[in-house]
Amino acid sequence: MEMKLIFRVILLILLIICAIAVNLTKNLLQSVIIFMFYSSVMCIIWILMESPDLAITEAAVGAGISGVLFLMTLKKVRSEDEEQKPVIRSDERKEQGGRTEP
Amino acid sequence: MKEWLVRWLSGDMELLDNVSDGEEVPDSSREDLKKRKKEIRQNIKGTESVVSAERKGFFAFYHAVAVLSCMVLIGVLMYTVANLPRYGEENPRTVEVVKRYVEHGVEETGAINIVTGMILDYRAFDTLGESHVLFTALVCVLILLRLDEKTVRGGHLDSYYRIKEDRYFDISGDTILRLVGTILVPCIILFGIYVLLNGQNGPGGGFSAGAILGAALIMFSAAFGFDAVDRVFSAKVLSLTTFVSLAFYSIAKGYVFFTGANGLENHIPKGIPGAILSGGLILPLNVAVGMVVACTMYGFFSLFKRGNIGGA
Repeated sequence: MEMKLIFRVILLILLIICAIAVNLTKNLLQSVIIFMFYSSVMCIIWILMESPDLAITEAAVGAGISGVLFLMTLKKVRSEDEEQKPVIRSDERKEQGGRTEP
Repeated sequence: MKEWLVRWLSGDMELLDNVSDGEEVPDSSREDLKKRKKEIRQNIKGTESVVSAERKGFFAFYHAVAVLSCMVLIGVLMYTVANLPRYGEENPRTVEVVKRYVEHGVEETGAINIVTGMILDYRAFDTLGESHVLFTALVCVLILLRLDEKTVRGGHLDSYYRIKEDRYFDISGDTILRLVGTILVPCIILFGIYVLLNGQNGPGGGFSAGAILGAALIMFSAAFGFDAVDRVFSAKVLSLTTFVSLAFYSIAKGYVFFTGANGLENHIPKGIPGAILSGGLILPLNVAVGMVVACTMYGFFSLFKRGNIGGA
């Protein structure tokens, strides 16, 4: 019984650490991955609390589909960010630095 | 031979002057630029101190309010949790309902898994609302993210081309992804169907099975491209499936509510508890909810990824 209790306490501490880390991480990709890890830990806790129905749903929705949707949104946001930056290609740089022939 | 080289070889000294001038010009312009930058910075610094003071005041206020509201919320939630009954303990306020569910659940609903019996028999009206919420969410995402020819003509060409580029740089041709998809997708679909049909006898049910089936569809479309899914699962099929499922749920449960409220005889057989075809309406209702959830999940993915469902 004690082993089970220790396991449960470790999982709950992990849950709290994940919940704080999601907010404090500055890299969005890392925070999405931590969020998915949070869902997996929550899934194990549901099994320990004897509610397998919720565990299946948590694993499928929390760790699976919402993670995929987050990652896709992140990709779109990043591509929009990159478009706003002025990009100088290597051949343009050569034209600006090199002297033009008269 | 280049023209300026010929002129230099023939002793044209003006060219050299020009060259030295040309080299000096960028340096002077750089110094000018540095001076201008310094001037601009000094000008900005004068205004910056005022702006930053305003900003600092605002951010201090913002942080204080955020921390305060967060603490109040945490306090309210902790107070509520402290007043909840302990895990595994009987709650004196709801003891009658729980006793009724646990003691008479199997004979009244025909489902061994009492959770499914509660969700789809005693509290079926809640589940109806939940599936309609999912349908509404899909419609909202469709309104916000759909890209068709009208929006393209209306001046949103950039976003349309960006999405076309996204499709161009798709990873659906990846060999590893295709092999893993070939192996995994049938297993995931099989597991989803098992969870869907076994909802009244074991853990599972409409929502989890629908999420698993939706995940299988998402993985298939990610591995083999959207064109492969569009052949079977077009926009018409998706809307028809969702409509038929929701309509069937509403009509079937409406019949049960009507007969139950008026004390009439219910003609739906309960079956033997433990068999697959048992639990009266629970199995078909599970299938209906699962279809709605799977369509919603795949619709979300498709709309997020390319802005339409099934090429329409």
